[in-house]
Amino acid sequence: MGVIHVTDRAGQRHTLEAIEGWRVMEIIRDWGLPIEGLCGGACECATCHVFVAEDWLDKLFPPTDEEEDQLDTVVTKPSSRLSCQILWTPELDGLEVTLAPTGD
Amino acid sequence: MTDHIETDVVIIGAGPVGLFAVFELGLLDIKCHLIDILPKVGGQCAELYPEKPIYDIPGFPMVTGQGLVDNLMAQIEPFNPTFHLNEMVESLESIGTPEAPLFRVKTSENGTTFVCKSVIIAAGGGSFQPKKPPIDNIEAYEGTSVFYAVRKMEMFRNKKVLIVGGGDSALDWTVNLQPIAKRLTLLHRRDAFRAAPHTVEKMRSLVASGDMDLHLGQVSALKGNNHVLEGAVIRKDDGSEHLVDCDVMLPFFGLTMKLGPIAEWGLNLHENLIPVDTEKFETNVPGIFAIGDINTYPGKLKLILSGFHEGALAAQKVHRYVYPEKKLLFQYTTSSTSLQKKLGVAA
Repeated sequence: MGVIHVTDRAGQRHTLEAIEGWRVMEIIRDWGLPIEGLCGGACECATCHVFVAEDWLDKLFPPTDEEEDQLDTVVTKPSSRLSCQILWTPELDGLEVTLAPTGD
Repeated sequence: MTDHIETDVVIIGAGPVGLFAVFELGLLDIKCHLIDILPKVGGQCAELYPEKPIYDIPGFPMVTGQGLVDNLMAQIEPFNPTFHLNEMVESLESIGTPEAPLFRVKTSENGTTFVCKSVIIAAGGGSFQPKKPPIDNIEAYEGTSVFYAVRKMEMFRNKKVLIVGGGDSALDWTVNLQPIAKRLTLLHRRDAFRAAPHTVEKMRSLVASGDMDLHLGQVSALKGNNHVLEGAVIRKDDGSEHLVDCDVMLPFFGLTMKLGPIAEWGLNLHENLIPVDTEKFETNVPGIFAIGDINTYPGKLKLILSGFHEGALAAQKVHRYVYPEKKLLFQYTTSSTSLQKKLGVAA
């Protein structure tokens, strides 16, 4: 077991218990934080866009071409990732992400 | 408003669940019209993941999103439903009674009006709308200087146009508007484009010949006055910023789903979903049903197969509204000659 830290759009930081094998998007959604995940994790909508804390970025598998294509549809920072493409493992205990703003 | 279409049922949303409802209604001799905001049928299956495999449709070990839609279209063909695509339902008003419901449904685009006995909302996550980038104060320029679609190219003649995005829409409009714009700038977050190769090539040659500009980065702020855009601040990945002079910005960030006008139809809502019972999938308004991802009830699973089941049960109750005097006989397509006749397969 381990945790992830998620800062919501109001700036509040939440510590959520993580489950191995779950996508970070699914963990955030399961805890009831406002993440849309419209396509259900198929890497087709970019509504689970998060910013990953800098010191965690290179601990993640780099984004696939498919993820990069979806990141083209949002306003990114260099730390942008789709949380449905990050599978949680114990190595990611303490992962720090911030929910990206949405356009409305 | 004198011209209107009279039908038994209007189905809002032509995704897989709306399409299968046509089948279940058709077996009960109920006619329907379907309305969808997209220019094509299939909803999320066709728009978001046409090529993605789906593994949990009963009877299909694997089918793609588009494959499922194509099969559903073939399955409902005998019932000859009418599609109204590229239209969004703007208003839904009740003009009947709870015992004999009647509804007036109006769409926004060319203002079609329908009068029907039941409405089935199969709108998934709502209506597909252009994704709006989260840029401060962008609303102030929408409709005057910021546009999410091109309706008339002439609007952009002699304008300094900034197009944002890296997909087909962004690239197509780049090469189409470049000849008439005063100056065209394309902005994308990286130097890779997901668009037709020949369009990308055309854009690159326009950049090489100095006939347009390509910038890599993101819009971080808009400059302007009184709804009139004067420039956009572009932030690069290294954090540096510069200003691009522009009169018009066209962000092409794809589509997302928004609940839209459904919120204004007097239906009970729970977290943007429509609560229904699990016997008829009827909403708090008799005669209005909600099936598929848009509804909620204890134990709800957002699966396509759940939506199929919900459509079948809703159709039973719709029958009571459409044919109040007729008793409904439950039959199987395997054995009923009358159902087989409707399907055009009777021996």
